[in-house]
Amino acid sequence: MLRVSDLHARVEEQEILRGVNLEVKAGEVHAVMGPNGSGKSTLAQVLAGREDYEVTAGSLELDGEDLQEMAPEERAHAGLFLAFQYPVEIPGVGNSYFLKAAVNATRKARGEQELDAMDFLQLLRERAKLVDVDEALLRRPVNEGFSGGEKKRNEILQMAVLEPRLAVLDETDSGLDIDALKTVAAGVNALRNEDRAFVVITHYQRLLNYIVPDHVHVLLDGRIVRSGGSGLAHELEAKGYAGFNGGPAAA
Amino acid sequence: MATAADTIEALAQRDYEYGFVTDVEQDTAPPGLSEEIIAFISAKKNEPQWMLDWRLDAYRGWLKMVEPEWANVRYEPVDYQSICYYAAPKSDDDRPKSLDEIDPEILATYEKLGIPLKEQEMLAGVAVDAVFDSVSVATTFREKLSELGVIFCSFSEAVQDHPELVRKYLGTVVPRRDNFFAALNSAVFSDGSFVYIPKGVRCPMELSTYFRINAMNTGQFERTLIIADEGSYVSYLEGCTAPMRDENQLHAAVVELVAHEDARIKYSTVQNWYPGDKEGVGGIYNFVTKRGLCEGRRSKISWTQVETGSAVTWKYPSCILKGDDSVGEFYSVAVSNNRQQADTGTKMIHVGKRTSSTIVSKGISAGEGQNTYRGSVRILRSAEDARNFSQCDSMLIGDRCGAHTFPYIDVANPSAQMEHEASTSKIGEDQIFYCNQRGIETEDAVSMIVNGFCKEVFRELPMEFAVEAQKLLEVSLEGSVG
Ligand SMILES: Nc1ncnc2c1ncn2[C@@H]1O[C@H](COP(=O)(O)OP(=O)(O)OP(=O)(O)O)[C@@H](O)[C@H]1O
Ligand SMILES: [Mg+2]
Repeated sequence: MLRVSDLHARVEEQEILRGVNLEVKAGEVHAVMGPNGSGKSTLAQVLAGREDYEVTAGSLELDGEDLQEMAPEERAHAGLFLAFQYPVEIPGVGNSYFLKAAVNATRKARGEQELDAMDFLQLLRERAKLVDVDEALLRRPVNEGFSGGEKKRNEILQMAVLEPRLAVLDETDSGLDIDALKTVAAGVNALRNEDRAFVVITHYQRLLNYIVPDHVHVLLDGRIVRSGGSGLAHELEAKGYAGFNGGPAAA
Repeated sequence: MATAADTIEALAQRDYEYGFVTDVEQDTAPPGLSEEIIAFISAKKNEPQWMLDWRLDAYRGWLKMVEPEWANVRYEPVDYQSICYYAAPKSDDDRPKSLDEIDPEILATYEKLGIPLKEQEMLAGVAVDAVFDSVSVATTFREKLSELGVIFCSFSEAVQDHPELVRKYLGTVVPRRDNFFAALNSAVFSDGSFVYIPKGVRCPMELSTYFRINAMNTGQFERTLIIADEGSYVSYLEGCTAPMRDENQLHAAVVELVAHEDARIKYSTVQNWYPGDKEGVGGIYNFVTKRGLCEGRRSKISWTQVETGSAVTWKYPSCILKGDDSVGEFYSVAVSNNRQQADTGTKMIHVGKRTSSTIVSKGISAGEGQNTYRGSVRILRSAEDARNFSQCDSMLIGDRCGAHTFPYIDVANPSAQMEHEASTSKIGEDQIFYCNQRGIETEDAVSMIVNGFCKEVFRELPMEFAVEAQKLLEVSLEGSVG
């Protein structure tokens, strides 16, 4: 489904990604771990098409389509979803209004019938329940004044409503209390199916107890230096990243 | 019809003695401003002597004034002697025959705003009878109002039919020599609206539709006077969202509001005069004096404005809070895109005890637009326990535009409670990207973010107006990002 080959990307003259290879198949969950500043969020933003990040070499494909040819919203329409490490506030714009605009823009782009207010509300309520988001949050402006945990939960709600093909979760677990972590994980697990894939960026093995990954990758200095099964996460938890320094890209 | 040259010729041959008698048969005054021209205007309107004297006094004051330069706007100097101060409404022969003769760009904007065909024709000045379907609507409307004793008519009619009211109130809030532009308006005002709401009457409808139809020919020097007698209420809507073109570049309107004890006036404006092209050529200069007097106890005046048009805007709707416990409000959205310049804000003058005022200003700058908020809150010695809350937010779209804030505060009574908040934000790349990532296109994202930013103001507008205003904002900012 997703194929990233020899991806190099830079931001403000500085090369951050230095040859990333990653293949994600439908139905899989991949975890990406790595120290601060190693390029995890950069990878996520490049996938989503953020302009500030310049791809200097390599390729990105989603279902065989070249992502680089697509605008950010087109990638979204194609089923790519990014849960932001730092969700953005949009003052004055109601959360549910925003989500409805997102759903209908996507449906329109796909040539599907737009949802009317009633149908949308029904969908929203149902998904809010699934990820345990309080209805009061739906009426408030997008992320404005939300607590850190509420913002993260709101990202998961958006994911649940938009039903992406590939969801990239950038540290969605950071800042969540243990109960919230469980609900978020339960939400992700409920959405897991054969057609959908997840890339979960995290610092903590703890999350991976709840969302058990098929593959774990270690990103260091802009390269994936090691990949393995879910056991790799435990190893990292015990030993840290010290052993990987400057290691070759052993994909 | 006489051409301008003929008219000048004719005038040149006339004796300019004092007590000049005007040839009322003329359709158009020659360009230029003089006591004769003012007498001509007054005679054309069949005004009583006191009205003419009032105009002349304003004019004599104006002669001694200089054009204000303190506003944060730059424009070509206006040649006041080249303006025509009186022109009869255009005859049908001079008007476009159909919408086919109208600039397609304007029509495209009408389309985007969803303006009905008939209204488009009216706005574009097309000579069609069909437009006057609306006149009958206006008539029924007026009958209904007059049953309640509400007077709602053109300013010229009011001078004829209700001289005692006009004489009593005209210039009591904005004196005829108040400032350069107000004095000019007082001397030469063309027409406008007059509203009187009797004691205890709650005006049952928004005074708008009628105005929309009649505003078309009021010209560049509009005069509005609204009086709400004790315990009455009125909501007045001025302007419309459609872009209005006018050959007259200079507009200098005056609006005066008087609220007696327990009366409330809600005055909403959507101003969308032609802003000029991308280089700012041809736009309207809009220099307006708007002021309300909260004369009685517990009276309330609320200004809400959405200013998206004009090349240069100079406008400070203000409140004089004279009655004890009176309330003044100002809610504003001002947009400057391309080369537009807006210097706008409010003055709240607290005179009475426990008076309170609220200011919410949202300035949006895009392109090379310059947006200035200029506000003044004065608490006089007499204003025991006065309160003010001010909030001035600016939003920048792109990096070639500017936002400026000048809040002046002057407190002469220590019991005052003042609160001031201000913010400047750039419409974030990150906000737009966030919307994009959720599938929303940039243009839609911008209008969503901007509408969110303006929400506190829009919610003060009457419902239908609010919807129009949102659309208008969208159209005004089209193409400002990306
Ligand atoms: N817009 C930017 N301008 C300059 N440097 C940037 C920018 N974005 C990212 N970087 C730099 O790129 C490097 C990788 O950042 P990135 O956010 O991808 O790290 P990360 O792996 O997600 O870290 P963390 O675990 O702390 O979230 C960092 O050194 C960061 O400072
Ligand atoms: Mg990160």
